[in-house]
Amino acid sequence: MENNDIIRPENLVYKRPALLSENHMHYCPGCSHGVVHKLVAEVIEEMGLAESAIGVAPVGCAVFAYNYIDIDWMEAAHGRATAMATAAKRLQPDKLVFTYQGDGDFSAIGTCESIHSCNRGENIAIIFINNAIYGMTGGQMAPTTLLGQKTATCPYGRRADLNGYPLAITPLLAQLDGTCYVTRQSVHKPANVRKAKAAIKKAFQNSLDGKGTSVVEIVATCNTGWKLTPEKANLWMEENMFAKYPLGDLKDVDAKK
Amino acid sequence: MAKIKGAVTVETERCKGCNLCVVACPCQVLDLQKKEVNNRGYHFAYMAQPDKCIGCASCALVCPDGCVEVYKVVEK
Repeated sequence: MENNDIIRPENLVYKRPALLSENHMHYCPGCSHGVVHKLVAEVIEEMGLAESAIGVAPVGCAVFAYNYIDIDWMEAAHGRATAMATAAKRLQPDKLVFTYQGDGDFSAIGTCESIHSCNRGENIAIIFINNAIYGMTGGQMAPTTLLGQKTATCPYGRRADLNGYPLAITPLLAQLDGTCYVTRQSVHKPANVRKAKAAIKKAFQNSLDGKGTSVVEIVATCNTGWKLTPEKANLWMEENMFAKYPLGDLKDVDAKK
Repeated sequence: MAKIKGAVTVETERCKGCNLCVVACPCQVLDLQKKEVNNRGYHFAYMAQPDKCIGCASCALVCPDGCVEVYKVVEK
């Protein structure tokens, strides 16, 4: 059978979700953001929420998320995405409201908003991309940067005595009564991509059902910031990031029943 | 036994040549163009060994730019 016989509309098994716009993404080659954008678009499409989803874009590399996923978006001040999402969800409780934030946004400048909106149990979904670095501004040290990891502002590696310890914020959030689902996923392998998609879907469903705050942390790569090729960045993430940020569900209120 | 045949198309202008699909493919079907580049100067991915493709969509799942479409046929 020739390729031309296989490449026919009736044999199609996977294509880009229609909600993902035609715009070329500005992300670096191999950036995890692209995969997560694709998953968010797929999930919203499958749940039929294209007309009733409100996303809140962060400040960071994902600041242009509104250019790529064809739903309603708001752009929050740095770190304040969860505060804006709180307002949107309270004013329009029937909508799906989610934030899409990086680690510089969610667990650095926005720590206060993040923790308090989770503690209040706002019915929003939070997608948190953790790549352990400030990617957009040129790869500076973030609170999530691993000990010993070299960045632009700690060229000899992060030191605990000088820079403190890396912050794993999702275990903190899992302890709060307001959260209903806290999980940590990655998107570096096909199986992980499928798991991450299921997690995002569950988080969105929880938001619609009014169960509380759902947090999906995606341990991601920043190959430009880490100064590695995309495939080596994935290996580096497996070796180093997963030790500090192990994958899996940290909290799921449904599972206990 | 039914034989599964697959094929992928790559939207070459969207492809940034990150190589993640090449690594993800379990059958070593894909490769990056050695000399040819797209309008943005990236060595885009292509099917180097089309006969081996099983249409598992691993490449499409990990593609950050959503430029891979997957087709699959089960031959009887």
